[in-house]
Amino acid sequence: MPVTPSEPPSILIGPEYAFAEEDVRELVGAEVIVGPSLWRDAWRRLMKNKLAVLGMVIVIATVIASLFGPSLIKAATGYSYDSIPKDPMLTKSFAPFRAPGGKFFWTHPMGTDNAGRDILARVLSGGQISLMVALISTLVSLLIGVSYGATAGYIGGRLDDLMMRIVDVLYSLPYVIIVIVLLAMLPAKTPTGQLAELFLALGAVSWLTMARIVRGQVMSLKNQEFVLAARATGVSTPKIILRHLVPNALGPVIVYATLTVPTVMLSEAFLSFLGLGVRPPRVSWGSLAAEGAQNLSVYPWQLIFPGVTMALMLLSLNFVGDGLRDALDPQMRKS
Amino acid sequence: MNTNGNLLEVKDLRTYFETEDGVVKAVDGVSFEVRQGETLGIVGESGSGKSVANLSLMRLIAEPPGKIVSGSITFRGRDILKLSPREVRAIRGKQIAMIFQDPMTSLNPFMRISKQLMEVTRLHLGHSKGEAREHAIRMLEVVGIPDAEARIDSYPHEFSGGMRQRVIIAMALSCQPELLIADEPTTALDVTIQAQILELIKRLKGETGASVILVTHDLGVVAGMTDHIIVMYAGKVFERAPTSELFGQPGNPYTRGLLRSVPDPAAEQGNLYQIPGQPPDLARLPGACPFAPRCERAEEICRREFPPFVQLTSEHSSLCHFADEVFAESQEAA
Repeated sequence: MPVTPSEPPSILIGPEYAFAEEDVRELVGAEVIVGPSLWRDAWRRLMKNKLAVLGMVIVIATVIASLFGPSLIKAATGYSYDSIPKDPMLTKSFAPFRAPGGKFFWTHPMGTDNAGRDILARVLSGGQISLMVALISTLVSLLIGVSYGATAGYIGGRLDDLMMRIVDVLYSLPYVIIVIVLLAMLPAKTPTGQLAELFLALGAVSWLTMARIVRGQVMSLKNQEFVLAARATGVSTPKIILRHLVPNALGPVIVYATLTVPTVMLSEAFLSFLGLGVRPPRVSWGSLAAEGAQNLSVYPWQLIFPGVTMALMLLSLNFVGDGLRDALDPQMRKS
Repeated sequence: MNTNGNLLEVKDLRTYFETEDGVVKAVDGVSFEVRQGETLGIVGESGSGKSVANLSLMRLIAEPPGKIVSGSITFRGRDILKLSPREVRAIRGKQIAMIFQDPMTSLNPFMRISKQLMEVTRLHLGHSKGEAREHAIRMLEVVGIPDAEARIDSYPHEFSGGMRQRVIIAMALSCQPELLIADEPTTALDVTIQAQILELIKRLKGETGASVILVTHDLGVVAGMTDHIIVMYAGKVFERAPTSELFGQPGNPYTRGLLRSVPDPAAEQGNLYQIPGQPPDLARLPGACPFAPRCERAEEICRREFPPFVQLTSEHSSLCHFADEVFAESQEAA
């Protein structure tokens, strides 16, 4: 039975007739509210995760203590991380809260090192360096990794093959060797220069995984219709990557970046432990641990305090990262 | 502007895809034209090349694996296939806009509606932020979204499917395009909303004077909406005719089969007609008529030779060895 062209169904349109698909707002008479953004939703889920909240509190507390602690200690006791007491009686390692003669004394809550320097001040300023290294390296990895991965994933084809093979090659080289070679090839003249090289070296190897993650995300996103729709409205490729693809891939990126911070911190500690990282008089948690390890049997507090601080920080950061992953990807938690 | 009143002329368009199974000829020698202010319907089964043809019009085929092998797409006297990518981008969204099938996925879930609407006009009309926002609110009102001012900062997930399709239409029309390509704009929506959306497109088309290409596999949709229809099968145009003529007097066995397989609510309960068999593998098309294995009328010649494109009346052509006979038969039946 052939269909004959009929008059179009007379259906009224316009706001006044859009009732059928209007939500229940009008029925319950509630106000129009601009709904929560996806980020606020994620934040709420994160706040429900006790371990992640605890981790955040510890991380924030440590960061604040590292930022302001050293100058407070300087003001209160006159000690900074590298001030060696003038009195030769004091240039040796004291246990926590102890003064010469084994009496209780409040000045050194974590004791002193072999030269009589205050370990608390050293741990806190070591924290500054460790956090800075971790943060800057993570930023470098974000910057390179996201742009590299997004470009490879979006453009695809031969360029993608080439870019990813480069990543594979870099992956296959042990990063310690790359860092050692980098640091050895470019001997720094000043401790600050050494630090900058450390940032560079750690950043240079930490973007590889980030690039892979972003590439995978972008590849699955670029075939979605909204990308095609954006192309169909004439948006240029760089803008599509920046405004449409990267924001959609941000969840995994944030999670991985949070988990990169402790990894880089550990690498820094490891390199400093080997004597390749931070050079005296600057200190980091790694170099403090290296010093402390030499005197472990006699002055255990020299290792325990920097070690425990760092372990706590790493653990907390990992809790935060896990919490973020659950919060940003609620489907994953159910399985 | 063209002298013959054609806004768009597509000639012998061929879009092929390289796959592991060989070259898939998704669109193979398609020609059609769209006149100023008219609506052209493109119907066909899934995989008949409708969408690929339309994506080719805007040069949105992913290369590789796809490639527009030959043909010309003349839009307002310029061949789109010969323009630079930058010139094509300037046309996309401004002169030719597109509405996609699934409103659930064609909006960016991480961007507020306002930002997505403003992106288009800031890009093509050079609007400032304030102008673009005002324009966006006006467009939302035009497509019938209540409380446009309050809802413009919502995220896509806060809208229902029909509302989202309205937003997409608002976005497509915000630069007053001369050609609107609607690629199955109602497939993902339920029936009452379908009618609303179609009416909306029809009304806005009347107001702006734009031409529309309506792609669908729903014959009921094209019946009330279009001036001309082309029927596609296996990447080729099987029949081209004015709408009423196509429905009244089909000149191609495939079109007849399609029309017969539309459920008729008035008919007695019984088996629904279906065209037997499956559409052919586009990577292994025979040299003969691609519809022959499924065709009721097929004779020996159909399995041997590729059919001619027979001109039946001034505006009616059909790709069939027996086009004239089929046409005459349907004339008798009518």
